[in-house]
Amino acid sequence: MNLTLKIWRQAGPDDKGRMVTYQVKNVNPDMSFLEMLDVLNEDLIAKGEDPVAFDHDCREGICGMCSLYINGEAHGPGRGITTCQLHMRSFKDGDTIIIEPWRAKAFPVIKDLVTDRSAFDRIIQAGGYISVNTSGNTIDANAIPIPKENADKAFDAATCIGCGACVATCKNSSAMLFVSAKVSQLALLPQGRVEAKERVLKMVHQMDLEGFGNCTNTGACEVECPKGISLENIARMNREYLAAVIS
Amino acid sequence: MRLDSKIPAGPLEEKWTRYKGTVNLVSPANKRKLDVIVVGTGLAGASAAASLAELGYNVKAFCFQDSPRRAHSIAAQGGINAAKNYQNDGDSVYRLFYDTIKGGDYRSREANVYRLAEVSANIIDQCVAQGVPFARDYGGLLDNRSFGGTQVSRTFYAKGQTGQQLLLGAYSALSRQIAKGTVQMFARHEMLDVVVVDGKARGIIARNLVTGEIERHGAHAVLLATGGYGNVFFLSTNAMGSNGSAAWKAHKRGALFANPCFTQIHPTCIPQSGEYQSKLTLMSESLRNDGRIWVPKDRKDAELLREGKLKPIDIPEEKRDYYLERRYPAFGNLVPRDVASRAAKERCDEGYGVNPTGKAVFLDFESAIMRYGQVEANLQGIKNPSKEKIRELGEKIIEAKYGNLFQMYEKITDINPYKSPMMIYPAVHYTMGGIWVDYELMTTIPGLYALGEANFSDHGANRLGASALMQGLADGYFVIPYTIGNYLAGEIKTGKIDTNTPEFESAEKEVRDRIAHFLGNNGKTSVDTFHRELGKIMWDKCGMSRNAQGLQEAIREIQALREEFWKDVKVPGRSDMYNPELDKAGRVADFLELGELMCLDALDRNESCGGHFREEYQTEDGEALRNDAEYAYVAAWEYTGKPSEAILHKEQLVFENVELKARSYK
Repeated sequence: MNLTLKIWRQAGPDDKGRMVTYQVKNVNPDMSFLEMLDVLNEDLIAKGEDPVAFDHDCREGICGMCSLYINGEAHGPGRGITTCQLHMRSFKDGDTIIIEPWRAKAFPVIKDLVTDRSAFDRIIQAGGYISVNTSGNTIDANAIPIPKENADKAFDAATCIGCGACVATCKNSSAMLFVSAKVSQLALLPQGRVEAKERVLKMVHQMDLEGFGNCTNTGACEVECPKGISLENIARMNREYLAAVIS
Repeated sequence: MRLDSKIPAGPLEEKWTRYKGTVNLVSPANKRKLDVIVVGTGLAGASAAASLAELGYNVKAFCFQDSPRRAHSIAAQGGINAAKNYQNDGDSVYRLFYDTIKGGDYRSREANVYRLAEVSANIIDQCVAQGVPFARDYGGLLDNRSFGGTQVSRTFYAKGQTGQQLLLGAYSALSRQIAKGTVQMFARHEMLDVVVVDGKARGIIARNLVTGEIERHGAHAVLLATGGYGNVFFLSTNAMGSNGSAAWKAHKRGALFANPCFTQIHPTCIPQSGEYQSKLTLMSESLRNDGRIWVPKDRKDAELLREGKLKPIDIPEEKRDYYLERRYPAFGNLVPRDVASRAAKERCDEGYGVNPTGKAVFLDFESAIMRYGQVEANLQGIKNPSKEKIRELGEKIIEAKYGNLFQMYEKITDINPYKSPMMIYPAVHYTMGGIWVDYELMTTIPGLYALGEANFSDHGANRLGASALMQGLADGYFVIPYTIGNYLAGEIKTGKIDTNTPEFESAEKEVRDRIAHFLGNNGKTSVDTFHRELGKIMWDKCGMSRNAQGLQEAIREIQALREEFWKDVKVPGRSDMYNPELDKAGRVADFLELGELMCLDALDRNESCGGHFREEYQTEDGEALRNDAEYAYVAAWEYTGKPSEAILHKEQLVFENVELKARSYK
């Protein structure tokens, strides 16, 4: 396959940035999208040009580091996958592919396609945990039975990989899906109930401080989430938040 | 140099308790005066950083990723072992200890492994208290499954994402300390050297990967929790950024490197599909609970499969060779990883491989789907269900157990594994070798510790499945918080570590000189080209099977490649910017030395044990032939200026509680 790539190039946070066009030839359909970019970069290095910077690490869809906005979709076409799980067989010979970074005020660009997502870390630091120290003397793991349904729902919420696709997709750049996934996971477990009220207040407060937008229930985040985190979590967080505010 | 493993006296089951009861402590007021650096934020690093901060130490944590939540522990799939005996199937601390020693082919330390088994149950309690959503049964209690090399069900899991859930648990504990200010987090930072002052580890040199700034950080103790070095093979299941540089830098500063040749080749990975490939993807060992591994009995059938003229479904039951069940009836598909990997290679080398490259075997879920489907039909009271109905019900059960793995497989290969068996082949996955540590996890440099996969201590020559997560968290949550005090108790009068000393100065200069060399080199060949070449040498000659001649060749080839690398590597960009090519160049430079030491170690070990299979040493039926009389030691290598001139120190392994036997899974 031969492809035309239009890639966002931005030297640093202060650079204005622009789209640059590249041609890639002999792309194998079994390649992953990132392997295709590797080939482009090898080519640029050989020509003495600056390779395209993009974030990636595990390349198996779990670390949450890769983050490309491809043809107007977070993680590109296809559902339930991250960019590193996107394969070139999803494209056709002669296609033009537009590649941009996550665009959100709270995720400033570091270089090219690499953004700073530390806002997510600060939201977790605000309360996305259970306050238990390391101790050899917690109660036995089976001392509190947890209904399977709750445990499964908590797990589903906990599978969020913190990639930021929800924010990049949302027209308001809202982080509600990310925040609600952690709030839900812990609210659904008896261990997490103890601090539930304080947690939701603190995490939402931090979310607002970071400059994320509000939720207007378009549901785009759920569609683009590579882990299929459900909108139900946002509803649950809203209930938790309301209950915390009025009580 | 005398190696002192500092194993406490007394009976095996009392050693750790006695140690904890008598070890030196640091008072809360003094902990506030002591600084600790933790490099790496995977399971071992994040749990250590959080736990030490909770105790009151000032912690600085470093990771090269953009967030501590992304360390490669996150990709561990199948589970974590713990001797809880919730299934009432005969498990115990002793049995977990014994399975681990045996699984490691009797090349690990009894006392360390026993301690690991002892604290394993606490890990599960701790994680549940943190809100880790492990799988549960309908009664609300924790569920278990089986892993290779054991005959009990002691593996706790969260679908195929156990590593993710455990890491996020440790990350949340770490985040809580970051919020308190007790941990200072340095993400997108890479450690480029460890600084030794008067024989003690006193800090690190790190590079800010965004700005390129070189920084000095001083501390009273430095912990390396930097993972393994599997990426020396270029293609592995490790993340792209996983590297051996921190460990290698420590080695060059005086830390001995133990058993470097012990590499785990995982049997169930998605086969390589082309030259462009950047990494390999693991399919969890948990799949071997329900998947059966086979190739055709007839070479002709294998040929037709390779040519695409036959489908797996066309091969009837009686013409399939379930070779693991045939060779190892007692453990069947659940033999340890090294055994399963070698058996797959053997079949493929003999011409029974089933994909176009001839390097794949089938992992088939058909019988599990039908078995579960029948049980589900019974439970739902469906009388005389059709085959289709049974299949439909069975597929649902398989999906609940392994859904994300099946999806991952399909995304990569474009083959639906519910309908057609998976094709798998072994790939580099884990390194049992690592920095030599004593019972306290201290390296041969006082004040420098190594935790998790970065050290060598617990898995001998082969790690059992679901034991890496256990070891990482054991080291970080339950071992280092006790053992570090024994050293830091002697540091309470030291005062702040001054980084304006000649030692920091010269370490920083070395780092800067190396970066300047790369950028000013004017070479022609990219870093990846060298890395790929090194990987090929390692895989062909120091991979699943090794022989003396091949290893000698590999050593010469690596030396030549290294020379070429320094002359001809091309690194674009500048040092004062975000420059991933520069980061990679430093890592590959270190792999080019480490790879040679691995070959040297493999050459020294004239026996086969665990993942180290020397073709010259095998039984008549192709099993590993160990040599306990001469090689029951840990090979700890001392750096003297060149990898080829490393000096071997032997730590003799003493087995007081288990009898050394030929490992049999038959």
